[in-house]
This record gives sequence, structure tokens and C-alpha cells, in this order.
Amino acid sequence: MSEEKKLAIIATKGTLDWAYPPFILASTAAALGYEVQIFFTFYGLQLLKKKLGLKVSPLGNPGMPMPMGMDKWFPVLGTAIPGMEAVMTSMMKSKMKSKGVASVEELRDLCGEADVGMVACQMTVDLFDMPTSDFIDGIDFGGAATFFEFAGEADITLYI
Amino acid sequence: MANFDTELDASGLNCPLPILRAKKSLAGMQSGQILHIIATDPGSVKDFEAFSKQTGNELMESKEEGGKFFFLIKKS
Repeated sequence: MSEEKKLAIIATKGTLDWAYPPFILASTAAALGYEVQIFFTFYGLQLLKKKLGLKVSPLGNPGMPMPMGMDKWFPVLGTAIPGMEAVMTSMMKSKMKSKGVASVEELRDLCGEADVGMVACQMTVDLFDMPTSDFIDGIDFGGAATFFEFAGEADITLYI
Repeated sequence: MANFDTELDASGLNCPLPILRAKKSLAGMQSGQILHIIATDPGSVKDFEAFSKQTGNELMESKEEGGKFFFLIKKS
């Protein structure tokens, strides 16, 4: 194998569905021999919490397939009904489990084992007054310059 | 079917787990040893080709039988 390639990812989203791309790509790249770093900013910081309470919302998401063809006939406003988010989240989770899709926690653990670097955006942590004790161990805190230190040398950079 | 040293049953697992488990199994093996992988994810056929190409571990065999996929990978 030639010299180690590098993958830099910026993770900006904090929903269950969008938690997957950064962790799937990071863990796979690490398995392929890449050195990987993920920079978590804004809502992406939710992905670094010890206790993940990630949800998926049908609200404003016309591309989301729903059971029983509900995405075809269910009124758009109905997706705003209280409890809809919880229902869709638990349905999505059980669907994923039945299809052998890893949980976000599992993929995140695999990233940790594979030495994927995880950097939390310090500015966002301060902005939202997020207690650092809420985050998993082994992460770094930094800013835009920290991101570029790694991304400047990266072969691939993804904004998710 | 050629002989193998280690077997990994990744049945029921979906992308990217078969690849990640295979990587983990290979990490515990000696150079030249052969890993036999069983998977049910149809995407794993292309993925193990790509994995082999990028990691240098030779994909010796890839076949489908009865809805399951079987791979032999030799550790580089």
C-alpha cells in the first residue's frame, strides 16, 4: 500500500438519519487505511454526546419514505402532530435493526477503535453552553484553524 | 472451496459492517493466511472487490450460492 491517505469530514447535522453518513464513511475509510478526522460543528455536536437522543423528523422532509404509503396520502400538516417525531424515530430504529444496519453508537465506537480523530467545534460548544461533560471521552476541542490543519493535507474533504 | 484459516459470518449485517468486521478479523491474522467471509448484503460483492483493491489483501474468490455471498481474502 502506498502512503496513507487522509479523509476530512465536517459533520453539521444532528438528526438520526444524518448521523449515519459521517460515521459510516469515517469507519470505512479507516478500515481502508485512511487517516480520518471529523470536525463536529453546530448541530453535528449532538453526535458526540455520551447519551445520544437523536431523532428523525418527517416534518419538512418529503423524501422520507413512510409506512403504508403514508407519504402519498398523509397531509403534510399531519407530520407536525405532537408525537409524530417520536413515532417515526422508533419506527426508523426498528427498521434499521431488522435490516442489520448498525446503530449510530456502534458505528461511533468503531470509529473510536479505528483512531478516527473527533474534534468538537469550541465556538459552538460555547454558543450553546454545552457542558463538556456531556461529550464522549477522547475528543478534542478546536476551531476552524484546527480543521484546516488536518484538511489542508487531506485527499478528500466532505461537508455533511 | 480452498482451505481457510479464519471464518467470519457477517450474515444479516448491512453496509459497512461486513467490511469493518473483515478488517478486524484480518488484523488478528498473519500475512498469507486466508479469511473466509459469509455475507447476505448484496452490496458486499462490489465492496469486497473495492476493499481488496485498496488494502492490497487479495480477493481470491467471490461467489454467490443460495442467496448468500462467500469471499476468500488472503491477508497481504
